[in-house]
Amino acid sequence: MALTLAVSGFLILRVHPRLYWGETGNDLTPALIEFPIAPNYPSDSYTEPARFAGMPASAVTATRTREPWNQNGWARSLHFLAAWLLILPGLMYLTLGLSAGHFRRHLVPRSTDLAGPVLKRELIDHLRFRIAPATGGPAYGAFQKIAYSGVVFLVVPVIILSGLTMAPAATAAWPWLLDLFGGHQSARTIHFFGFVGLVGFVAVHVVMVVLSGFGTQLRGMTIGRKE
Amino acid sequence: MNQRGRISRRQVIAAGLTLAGGAAAYLRWPGTLPPTYGNLLRMGDNLTYAAHRVLFSRNALAREYSVADVTPFPATGTYDPGLGDTPLAETYRRLRAAEFADWRLVVEGRVARPQAFSLADLKRLPSRTQVTRHTCEEGWSAIGQWTGVPLRAVLEAAGILSTARFVKYSAYDGWVDSIDMVDALHPQTILAYGMNGRDLPIPHGGPLRIRVERQIGYKSMKFLARLEVTDTWDDGGDAGHIRSGWAWYNGA
Repeated sequence: MALTLAVSGFLILRVHPRLYWGETGNDLTPALIEFPIAPNYPSDSYTEPARFAGMPASAVTATRTREPWNQNGWARSLHFLAAWLLILPGLMYLTLGLSAGHFRRHLVPRSTDLAGPVLKRELIDHLRFRIAPATGGPAYGAFQKIAYSGVVFLVVPVIILSGLTMAPAATAAWPWLLDLFGGHQSARTIHFFGFVGLVGFVAVHVVMVVLSGFGTQLRGMTIGRKE
Repeated sequence: MNQRGRISRRQVIAAGLTLAGGAAAYLRWPGTLPPTYGNLLRMGDNLTYAAHRVLFSRNALAREYSVADVTPFPATGTYDPGLGDTPLAETYRRLRAAEFADWRLVVEGRVARPQAFSLADLKRLPSRTQVTRHTCEEGWSAIGQWTGVPLRAVLEAAGILSTARFVKYSAYDGWVDSIDMVDALHPQTILAYGMNGRDLPIPHGGPLRIRVERQIGYKSMKFLARLEVTDTWDDGGDAGHIRSGWAWYNGA
């Protein structure tokens, strides 16, 4: 599902590979970032911009002269379907994680985890690739707890909420979403960088799983047993 | 819990079954859902539609801005329905040549008084001006000021029947689409004849377009020709957005 979201998300970005900050942004406004992703880059297929009569000079319009590449008909629906299929188990995970004490016991860093000497030792160990052998589950190291908590309580909620902020029905009902993210296009940009952060997490996570003992960790994640 | 603080497999399975049951009941939501054509994507669209209708207030208004917030606004999709040699294009060219004096919006179907409204007729009905954000499925957005008549006022003028469930609209560029009564009767759903203080420019849908502010841009169809009130869901044939692979409800 996560892979489906990543692929369909990329296809959606490919239709309009420009990110903006604020409420709005389009081909007639400057981009914060423009990705050189073919075929809709650069977005130059417009008539000369002309001002709306009686409006401020900045309010211009131009007519598109070439139909862009666009597979959003299925890519968007696939993205939302995959989102549903992740959100429903995600809610289950949250409910169980809270009610069974999994978050409190294993995920949230304790004050002892955040003590200077502990963090310093972990940092040195990580830099030297001295990885603790696999246990097939908790207890987790301090860095591990910080990374997991960051993903579960920050990055994923931000991705979900910024995604919702792009939905006009959602922002009509919950206008605070627009204020939270500073506008529709800001939410789109944050959604993208949330994805980048998640990709980074997954990359590091996979490397650590392999380095610490692939077989044991995989058994721990799937059937929940060490052996 | 077999071990302190661990999530047991039994708990996971029980929660999964509860959730699946809830989801199945949810899909039985009593309102009319559009057909899925056996397509998994359309099933997901229906889940989104049902969830939006269940979770979100039906009367919630899309945010409105001030005229100072109006932004550049690209004209995309059809920019001139008079191009081409279809009967619709020919009709549009003829109407435009007479500055739309002979243009009429046909309103028919489940209404007591089917009729054809001229632009002057529509302008005599109550008007609403709103500055809203247009959110395109492609990913861009723009703010514009729209002036028009609430769709509700037009439907009431035509005597909408109590059995009405959907409003289908078709346009001079050949597209057909529809919305449910939640969106059709929403105060911000207007038939706009003005944009940014002037007549609606042709590249933006002149002489008349619909604004459906709580859905994605393509539902706000340009170059309107006809409204049909229906009591059953209708995919609009080959010209319907859903037939070409697009979600019918697109509030996301």
